[in-house]
Amino acid sequence: MKISREDVLRVAELAYLDLSEAEIETYRKQLDDILEYAGKLNELDTRSVEPMAQVLTDDQDADATLREDLVVPCAGAEEVLAQAPDPEPPYFRVPKVIER
Amino acid sequence: MATNWTIEGVREAVAAKKVSARELAGEFYKRIEARNPELNAFLTLSPERAYAQAERIDAMAAAGKALPPLAGVPIAIKDVISTRGIRTTCGSKILEKYVPPYDATAVERLEKAGAVILGKTNCDEFAMGSSNENSAYGPVRNPEATDHVPGGSSGGSAAAVAAGLAVAALGTDTGGSIRQPGAFCGVPAMMGSYGRVSRYGLIAFASSLDRIGPFARNVKDIATVLQIISGRDPQDSTSTTAPVPDYRVEIEKPVKGLRIGIPAEYFGAGMDEGVRRKIEAGIELFKKLGCKLLDIHMPHTDYAIATYYIIATAEASSNLARYDGVRYGLRVEGDSLLSMYRKTRGAGFGAEVKRRIMLGTYVLSAGYYDDYYLKGQKVRALIAQDFRDAFTKVDAIVTPTSPVPAFRLGERTSDPLQMYLADIYTVTGSLAGVPGISVPCGKVCGRLPVGLQIFGLAFGEARVLQLAHAFERAGGANL
Repeated sequence: MKISREDVLRVAELAYLDLSEAEIETYRKQLDDILEYAGKLNELDTRSVEPMAQVLTDDQDADATLREDLVVPCAGAEEVLAQAPDPEPPYFRVPKVIER
Repeated sequence: MATNWTIEGVREAVAAKKVSARELAGEFYKRIEARNPELNAFLTLSPERAYAQAERIDAMAAAGKALPPLAGVPIAIKDVISTRGIRTTCGSKILEKYVPPYDATAVERLEKAGAVILGKTNCDEFAMGSSNENSAYGPVRNPEATDHVPGGSSGGSAAAVAAGLAVAALGTDTGGSIRQPGAFCGVPAMMGSYGRVSRYGLIAFASSLDRIGPFARNVKDIATVLQIISGRDPQDSTSTTAPVPDYRVEIEKPVKGLRIGIPAEYFGAGMDEGVRRKIEAGIELFKKLGCKLLDIHMPHTDYAIATYYIIATAEASSNLARYDGVRYGLRVEGDSLLSMYRKTRGAGFGAEVKRRIMLGTYVLSAGYYDDYYLKGQKVRALIAQDFRDAFTKVDAIVTPTSPVPAFRLGERTSDPLQMYLADIYTVTGSLAGVPGISVPCGKVCGRLPVGLQIFGLAFGEARVLQLAHAFERAGGANL
């Protein structure tokens, strides 16, 4: 067993996920199975392999893709704020963060 | 009115004023009204926008103007792709009321080419799934066998095209989410190379893997749609400046003498016998078309699922951090900011999305990063190398799209790992960034479609389409 209940609680904390008691045990078992399966990657010797983070071709490197920093029109703030659960234009309102 | 509309057929009929784009849109909405209650392929319809566009096309036709390539063509869009003013849920409760303030580049390009956007199609939540059973709005049913899944995650787009509720559709593919539902529903379905189609406006799942691509009734229509949505977009820095060939011309080129690699690793244990026989018949058909068949090896294939589920979930855990109840989507109030985050995300995400966020967070967390995420990135490099090595010997690689035909609704939902293994033949190409298509290759049990997959070199979409077109014309769908 790779994954303990404490591991699940720690990961849920990092990911800001409220989990029910039932979910905690289900995910413990399922993550355990999946990571056990993922362990098969250790059959491969990758000491001399460079990690691949992205599929990039020559014309997708930074020199080819960086553009001039120009001001262009985009969706209006009003339209964006209209999607917020609790807007206070021109702000997004959130629960109090700092006690004073 | 004809039932099996193709893009060319629509354009010709509209140009000759045999049918107006408005009438056609109305006809498709009637079909959707009749069939969608059972199939659940569409989540949101956009008749206002569709009719406005249809009227623009009809005005052009009335004025005798040259019509754009998709004039009046009714198209459906997967619900992870942003559409200005049309609700976009990603199949999730967390975005139940979200209305994007802008269009994805692919949508904008389709509409500019004359397409009529009918509405948004159902999918697994945030495109995470292989059966469409992870949608918060209920599963889609396979139009070929309604007690079976349509595949996923783009199940609604595949079902809509297969049932004749749209002439073409956009889906997205991260590990097989276009190709596998295309196979299950019996329609051609393609992902171009990573970077071929702009991802601007595609709501992110795994950014190094996500791609937008088409479903259609035939390969020529796939070529037409891919042509229109491809090409550099300044809004997506990973979109390539590589020129887009004229795919509709390219597909007519002869396939005689092309070398096709058959990788032994794609015909292993766990493969349905009926599927195996159909794919073998498909390979024979390529031989009859004059292609040279070569047995090849892609030795890291067996590590692809583990690699994929590490990398995709890691990227997902980061991408989905944005759903925090502040800027858009659901908010569940809590007594502090952190408790609001936790409650919102706990209530808004479904089981599979939470599972993947948990897995991705774990493999990126201190102490496990090297063992899982970094290891996964290294094995990804080996899998990409398998493809580069193969393409020094062959022009294309042919495999099954899926080891099994469409399974029954509910059959695989209890064991996530078993569901993940259904993607075994599609995730490899996703990790490598190469283009891939699934084309219909007969049916098993008299009704369940089989898909044959063709991979090509990065930015070699033309070759892939050419082979798929020749295969289709030679009767591949009826093997």
